[in-house]
Amino acid sequence: MKLITGNAPHLRSKDTTSKIMTDVIIALIPALIGAWYFFGFYAFFLAILGALVGELFELFIMRYLRKDKNFVPNGSAAVTGILLAMNVSPATPWWIMIIGLIFALGIAKHAFGGLGMNIFNPALAGRAFLLVSFPVHMTTWYKPALSFSKWVDIQTTATPLAILKEKGFSHINVSYGDLFFGNRAGSIGETSVLLLLIGFIYLVVKGRIKLIIPISYIGTVFLMSSIFYFANPERFGTPLFHILSGGLMLGALFMATDMVTSPMTPRGQAIFGVGCGVMTLLIRYFAGYPEGVSLSILLMNGFVPLIDRFTQPRIFGEVKS
Amino acid sequence: MKLATFKGGVHPPERKELTKDSPIQRAPIPEKVVVFMQQHAGAPAKPIVEAGQKVKTGQIIGEPGGFISAYVHSPVTGTVVEIKKLSNIIFGRAVDAVVIQREGEDDWELLPHGDFEKFSKDELLENIKKAGIVGLGGAMFPTHVKLNPPQDKKIDTLIINGAECEPYLTIDHRMMLEKNEEILVGIKIVKKILGVQNVYIGIEENKKDAIEFLKEKWKGQVIVVPLKTKYPQGAEKQLIYAVTQRKVPRGGLPMDVGVVVQNVSTMYAIKEAIIDGKPLIERGLTITGEAINKPGNWWVRIGTPISWIIENLGQGFKNGIENVKILMGGPMMGIPINNIDTPIVKGNNGITTLIPEELRGTFCIRCSYCVYVCPMGLQPYLLDLLGKKKRYDEAAQIGLLDCIECGSCTYICPAKVEHVKTIKLAKKVYRALRGGKK
Repeated sequence: MKLITGNAPHLRSKDTTSKIMTDVIIALIPALIGAWYFFGFYAFFLAILGALVGELFELFIMRYLRKDKNFVPNGSAAVTGILLAMNVSPATPWWIMIIGLIFALGIAKHAFGGLGMNIFNPALAGRAFLLVSFPVHMTTWYKPALSFSKWVDIQTTATPLAILKEKGFSHINVSYGDLFFGNRAGSIGETSVLLLLIGFIYLVVKGRIKLIIPISYIGTVFLMSSIFYFANPERFGTPLFHILSGGLMLGALFMATDMVTSPMTPRGQAIFGVGCGVMTLLIRYFAGYPEGVSLSILLMNGFVPLIDRFTQPRIFGEVKS
Repeated sequence: MKLATFKGGVHPPERKELTKDSPIQRAPIPEKVVVFMQQHAGAPAKPIVEAGQKVKTGQIIGEPGGFISAYVHSPVTGTVVEIKKLSNIIFGRAVDAVVIQREGEDDWELLPHGDFEKFSKDELLENIKKAGIVGLGGAMFPTHVKLNPPQDKKIDTLIINGAECEPYLTIDHRMMLEKNEEILVGIKIVKKILGVQNVYIGIEENKKDAIEFLKEKWKGQVIVVPLKTKYPQGAEKQLIYAVTQRKVPRGGLPMDVGVVVQNVSTMYAIKEAIIDGKPLIERGLTITGEAINKPGNWWVRIGTPISWIIENLGQGFKNGIENVKILMGGPMMGIPINNIDTPIVKGNNGITTLIPEELRGTFCIRCSYCVYVCPMGLQPYLLDLLGKKKRYDEAAQIGLLDCIECGSCTYICPAKVEHVKTIKLAKKVYRALRGGKK
């Protein structure tokens, strides 16, 4: 018999990184099935493709480029792949998706040091890269098909946010109910608020979410858009419209809460959420793009080290100064 | 009812059911004991016996080596075989150890004893010092020093630590159920020494029987405070906060907020010393874990080798076990031994045998679980990072020395980062670089 030594504590929780990633994937499944129904099977296929290619590509990077022979896939690349698919237009060619994924994992993630070291959310960085590289593919939107048996729908339309930007609030042709259930044009995974919330609740129950971020993010959007609504309802739209449309729910519930690229302390998470909210609306109101969720989160990702530095928790027994 | 507690903490599996219903039995006395000259925080004791010398049970064999130090006594009647340097795993260095061969039954050498009322405060302190009593919860700080704070520190509260938040361990639980009268006498002695009126005992709520029992038995004398079952509820600062809502200032001691904390087993040892004149040569401990046949609670002589305990009290290892981790203490803060003949020391509240499991981790994924569970409000992930990069000064600025090494962060970590390992090392290096100054 052999005596094993080691360092305290000698009990460890059963939790692992892979379990966290698995939970995130489970939470995304309702929205993915919704995407299949709204935009055809191709949208669902893109997410599966993203997950598989993501894991394979990360395995390649770790085993052959970073020469880590012991690397075992942990699911984080699959999460990136699925999230990237959820952030592109339903008819995006598969090869564009893969180019975006290669950028996301190769540059945004592993060039910075891999899992846990990346400053920017890889999926959002991949999306931003595609947006500047393939602007037409990335901003052509399709009407929902509302059927599980279609491959892909080809009837293009504008997103509600684009209509708001170009024509005004009174021209918007979708109801709040449509926005809530997801019957509108948009990215693959962003349209159904209901299905995203179902997945989100699963993550909250499992304790996988920095809960303060979505609360402060959505809260900020609500408060700030209320003020603008009273200034000019036709130009700026209602607060509820801003919360339900675009990628706000996907961003606030699943992208801004990405563990690696968000702050570590409750106060920092609140600041981060507020910053995301303000930036989102500023882009929606005044910038060239109709939608600003992904860019605002990326911008705030860059501030995370600074936020962490200035929001250190008070140490037990520290005298108030 | 809202239970007293602190912010943070974790809920590891308790596994107390292995031993919580088994009464403390008296172990036979081994043929040979090995007594370390350092079984206390502070300077090692100096051996005052020689090889070949006859010693009685309770005879002083080591004298204090400084102000913060303690007497060491012979746990058996017999002959000193040799005095040798032996690696002391708890303090991480080689110290003198006295090996004694037992010869026949106990022939006691007792301290002056009797009704504690007839002793003055100073006599009581002197007897506690002579009895070699140290904190039996694990820290092993000399009790006579702790009970004699500087004049300018006004002590108004005594808290008895019956939290026993370490998983697996049940000795304090059994002590409270079986030795409540003796412990109460110990408390009365300490009350007299400190001159305090407020006495609390904090007990985790998973020991409901002990809470009800002591509420009944100690009515009007000690206030029983049920605590939330959460690790590290029994850590000194967290216990004080839960019971009194007072926060020990950073870098300070409990006496800075007028509190002295004592473990239940220490109270029992004080009663034994003052009333019966018996120095600290045996203690109760829990022998437990998945790797042995018969877990239980036992009275064991200090200096008994762990191999002897496992063979005779734990009835050996289970069949088919290839690797085993033997811990002095519980699984959260216990120290694994590298030599199965390592002897019991005063601070051993348990021997935990675990079957080790393979762990595979990743880099820190910044989930922030460690920040949420840290009972000291620290950022373990950042201390780990700075420690690994040898940026000790920065680590000290964000509370390296405030870490109580409870292990909550490492327990909860999904990426299996070993924060406590890094922090312990960083503390050592930082203190060495600063020349031992704070």
